[in-house]
Amino acid sequence: MPLVVVKLTRYGLQSDLDIVAARRWVADGAKEVGLSILDRTKVVTAASEIARNMVAYGKGGDMSVEIVRDGVRDGLRLVFEDHGPGIADINRALEDGFSTGGSMGLGLPGARRLVSEFAMTSTVGVGTRVTIVRWKT
Amino acid sequence: MERIPIIRMGRCLLVTIQVDMYDQLAMTLQHDLTEQIARQGSEGVLVDISALEIVDSFIGRMIANTATMARVLGADTVLVGMQPAVAITLVELGLSLPGILTARNVEMGMALLDQVAASRA
Repeated sequence: MPLVVVKLTRYGLQSDLDIVAARRWVADGAKEVGLSILDRTKVVTAASEIARNMVAYGKGGDMSVEIVRDGVRDGLRLVFEDHGPGIADINRALEDGFSTGGSMGLGLPGARRLVSEFAMTSTVGVGTRVTIVRWKT
Repeated sequence: MERIPIIRMGRCLLVTIQVDMYDQLAMTLQHDLTEQIARQGSEGVLVDISALEIVDSFIGRMIANTATMARVLGADTVLVGMQPAVAITLVELGLSLPGILTARNVEMGMALLDQVAASRA
């Protein structure tokens, strides 16, 4: 079944306070899709981790909050895109405990565990794109 | 500037986090709390997070760092009121908050602080 985007809203994330706002926007999207409290908590937490990464290392960027449908189920898809330095080794960035910024390095690998689908592409000097989906179960 | 209130309860301090955490607010809280512990000679700190709908690795690290600062100053920290969905998410995220005492609510947290104080005496 092809994936249909029912609704799309794009937000700019540049600062620490935008991360706080992003959590609220994602929570609203999760409510609109009808995700359970647990799934909502997971997807908002994952979004917070990715947004923080983007603001801290990617010089900020955009987040699209999309309500999607693949014929049988509804879901919340989030697309994060920045034009920062990019990540040379994505596999390493997705390893638990890998950090260049003095944090615990849980952000990206942790976010991946909290969602149904996780995709990340990055080009050094161009930017990084992270797409996550949480399907309604 | 936004601040998280710190309330004195006997020999303890109660911190109720009701707003979404961000860097500046976290730093202000750490500053205010360490000042209060030093000034009041507090033996325990209760951090109530029942109003928080999510705790990500940044907020978790901030809470853990604050508890460590309190410990260095001689006060134990008990984290209370975590929502079940937050607990599940934190563990899946990989953050297990080692070394942090937890309790279901403020009352049970106070009782735990009393036990810890008695064991140190």
